[in-house]
Amino acid sequence: MRRLLWRVLELLAILRGVVRAAREPPADERDDDGIDPSCRVTPSSPGAERALAVLLVLAGLGLAAFGVLIAVDADPRLLGAVLGGGLACLAAALIVAGLRIVPQEVAVEERPPLGDERARAAALEQLRGGTEGVSRRRLIVGAAGAAGTGLAAAAVLPITALGPGAHVLDESPWRAGVALVDEDGQPIGADAVPVGSFATAFPAGADRRELGSPVVVVHVDPRTLDLPAERRTWAPEGLLAFSKICTHAGCAVSLFRYPLYEPTSDAPALVCPCHYSTFDVRRAAKVTLGPAGRPLPQLPLRIDARRRLVAGGPLSGSVGPAWWGTQRG
Amino acid sequence: MSPHVDPVAFVDERLGAAGPLRKALRYVFPEHWSFLLGEMALYAFVVLLATGTFLALFFEPSTAQTTWHGPYAPLDGAQVSVAYGSALDLSLTVPGGLLMRQTHHWAALLFVVAITLHLLRVVFTGAFRKPRELTYAVGVTLLMLAVLEGYVGYSLLDDLLSGMGLAIGYSTALSLPGIGGALGTLLWDGAFPGGPAFVPRLFIAHVFILPAVIATLIGLHLWMVVRTRHAQFPGPGRRERNVVGSPMWPAYALRSLGWLFAVAAVLVLLGGLVQINPVWQWGPYEPWVGENGAQPDWYLGWLIGALRLMPNWEAAVFGRTIIPNPFFGGVVFPGIVFGFLYALPAVDRVFFTHDQAEHHLLDRARDNPRRSGVLAAMLVFVVLIFFFGSADRVFLTLSIPYELQLWLARGLVFVAPALAYVLVRRWCLALRRADAHPLRAVDAELVPPPRTDDTLATTAERG
Amino acid sequence: MTRRRALALAVCAAVVCGWPAPSRAQSPQRHVGAGRTSGPALYDDGCVSCHGPDARGVPGRAPSLRGVGAAALDFYLATGRMPLADATIEPPRSQPPVYGAAQRHALIAYLTQLQPGGDPIPAVRPQLGDLARGRRLFADSCSGCHQIVAKGGVDPVIVAPALDEVTPLEIGEAIRVGPYLMPRFDERRLDAHDVDSIARYITEVAQHPPDRGGWGIGNVGPIPEGLVVWLLAGGVLIVVARIIGRRATG
Repeated sequence: MRRLLWRVLELLAILRGVVRAAREPPADERDDDGIDPSCRVTPSSPGAERALAVLLVLAGLGLAAFGVLIAVDADPRLLGAVLGGGLACLAAALIVAGLRIVPQEVAVEERPPLGDERARAAALEQLRGGTEGVSRRRLIVGAAGAAGTGLAAAAVLPITALGPGAHVLDESPWRAGVALVDEDGQPIGADAVPVGSFATAFPAGADRRELGSPVVVVHVDPRTLDLPAERRTWAPEGLLAFSKICTHAGCAVSLFRYPLYEPTSDAPALVCPCHYSTFDVRRAAKVTLGPAGRPLPQLPLRIDARRRLVAGGPLSGSVGPAWWGTQRG
Repeated sequence: MSPHVDPVAFVDERLGAAGPLRKALRYVFPEHWSFLLGEMALYAFVVLLATGTFLALFFEPSTAQTTWHGPYAPLDGAQVSVAYGSALDLSLTVPGGLLMRQTHHWAALLFVVAITLHLLRVVFTGAFRKPRELTYAVGVTLLMLAVLEGYVGYSLLDDLLSGMGLAIGYSTALSLPGIGGALGTLLWDGAFPGGPAFVPRLFIAHVFILPAVIATLIGLHLWMVVRTRHAQFPGPGRRERNVVGSPMWPAYALRSLGWLFAVAAVLVLLGGLVQINPVWQWGPYEPWVGENGAQPDWYLGWLIGALRLMPNWEAAVFGRTIIPNPFFGGVVFPGIVFGFLYALPAVDRVFFTHDQAEHHLLDRARDNPRRSGVLAAMLVFVVLIFFFGSADRVFLTLSIPYELQLWLARGLVFVAPALAYVLVRRWCLALRRADAHPLRAVDAELVPPPRTDDTLATTAERG
Repeated sequence: MTRRRALALAVCAAVVCGWPAPSRAQSPQRHVGAGRTSGPALYDDGCVSCHGPDARGVPGRAPSLRGVGAAALDFYLATGRMPLADATIEPPRSQPPVYGAAQRHALIAYLTQLQPGGDPIPAVRPQLGDLARGRRLFADSCSGCHQIVAKGGVDPVIVAPALDEVTPLEIGEAIRVGPYLMPRFDERRLDAHDVDSIARYITEVAQHPPDRGGWGIGNVGPIPEGLVVWLLAGGVLIVVARIIGRRATG
């Protein structure tokens, strides 16, 4: 069995050699035009040598000046000009020397041949020699496979222990009764956001950097609302709140447009400035343009006795970018 | 022999270095300006290492909160992360810090520019063919790593732009089918914006892991180049089995060293005179803050273009998302582009050249019209999406509505590459017939009559 | 050939970065109201065709101006956005405005006495504002549309203009009025001190960004940076490469 396998391999190698030999152009003579391009010229240019000396001195001055200027904390523009100028002089000096001063030569070098069939055969022979006298080959290969799998598992699986896992993605501090506060931690009153305005809000007492925290409160004319039946009570007086994190790629949906005069303008919308996903706020953040695959989750709002904004329940769906198995609703 | 009397003998008697040295001094570099593009990338990397070392001495990779005080009034007394605060200090108070930061950033942009130009030269001249497939694959890997390294680098600073970029990177990680959620929280040490370990992880990736891998692969790439010797354009006396050009010593070494300092000079001049990524103006990042016109660095522009261009499809079953939308623009699209690049040597052999032979003489673009056509189509595809990434700024300055551009670009991504293929292939064929050099006026490269590699294409054209 | 292409690219670059000042749409109605100083006469001359008799509005064409307040009237007139020749577009800011100060006062007086209400012209004093607070408020409430250094932005349908030339008064009026698609912010949302702070951030910092790093290339970030590295750095270095890489001999 083992011998047969090696035979096949050998045959394949030979076949490849044959095929290659048949297809390869016989030799290099095909494109040999008989020209010998080699030559060597020793330039003699006192002018270039003078230029070289001047450039080297300038480079030295510039680079030394940089050293002095950085010690006295000079303006970055001056530092850049001096160091860059010095380096440019050095570059020019070397290029002048390389093109005009040192001997210019065109040489012809033969390429070293790549691939050596005899060495290859010898290497194969060596490899084959290593398993000489082994009889339970299949058993050993199988056992080695088991060891290899174990090794791979030991190397890869600890990675999973490093992360907290996807379960943290669904967390959000919003619950019924949580008050909406602004960036300074002050409660947001229902009258603080006039029609046509918006405000960023956070759950009182929660970590505001968590993606589940920031919401954007927008106020539209309540007569124009077009919410699904089950969300009718979520927008008291036309105040709506949505997660501020785009469901496409996690940027802050920081653009709110609200027309002063709608007949000659466009409908109110929240827009993400990263990829311009556009969400129609009056229709529960339905996506009207751009790549976002689902609406922004909505936060049901209530106005409490002191006319402050309070969450009427949790967010309507998963916040931010989707992953495998994200609830779409 | 002691080292100060005869250092060459000292080293040679201990390491046997004179032989290799003699060979190295006679190593022949074919002369063409386009062979300097790879060196340009190498030298940009040298500048990155030099400036990056300086920056690493001052930058503090920590998300701990601190109150910043410094010479920029709008942020004086602001609550910021230690990382952002140290980036502000580097820019505003450390002597020479802003010059180093800006030079570093310009060098990162130029590094990817150089690799891209080098790649274009390589693919259009067929330099990836046998025996250079492995050299080429390492080069494509380097391009990928350079883009990643740049992204990780500007994401470290925790300014508004870097935070918005990280949010998009996080969403793309999350979008990977099956493993996305676990992978995202794993990399970020929790849900976005990440746990306390995240910025230190970015830092170690940026200053150690990725540069070490890049440096190693650059070494491997150069070693492979030397093994096969440089490819060369056809010309008098140039054959498949030789290489004609300037020996390393003295002329080429001086010129190449001059090239290093020229690249460094341009980068330092830009670093001093042209402002890049003024993080004090962007302000600190908070997940609830965004700005209009936020863009990634240029080498990620093709990905923001794809993310914006994509219709809002998501695969879902039973009301649950299976494949989130960023997967298409952020994973599939670059997957197609890099997959195409990796597969190019095989594709070329199977569809365009049908040969297994070694090639050391480069093609001109016209020598293989179908290959050039396909490459042009791919290039147009990527460049178009890249330009769509800046459609918002185009709307702002040229008043071409965003939505119009969106629909136009969605159509053009299919039409334009096909058109590019047809046009470029025809152009190549016409050039071959006329045997005119499109750049002859400025480029005195001598070329032999067309070789017979593309007879198939020519027949197809006539048929 | 290549030089022409480079020139074309440079022009495109300049246009995309918005370096040349955008050209101002000239109002075709410059002559309107010339010499008049009576409010009703000015209204009948320049406004009535869209806003209707007695400023009651024309459905589907233009809103009623009754009770909109002096801040809104002054904003539209003083920024040169009204009167408007074509009622379907959002005009850019245009200076000098069509009506001089006396004419504006007459018009505003006429319209506000038709029906009182709305916001009065605010007093904006940026020197009383707090720069740090202004920056924070601008980042939270304004940068989503106007960009963080107020260089302008877009949404899919409309442009939020750059604020390079606006005056503190215009800032205060726009915040209170919410012109066109801009949201509006009243006293309870942003108080007078907040408005002063925002105006201070815009006029002191955003209009004169401290470009410590040299040429500011528009202060909009990566797009001009990409153009500079491709066209300027790439262009210069390719010239150098062609010098280095030319055939040394023969």
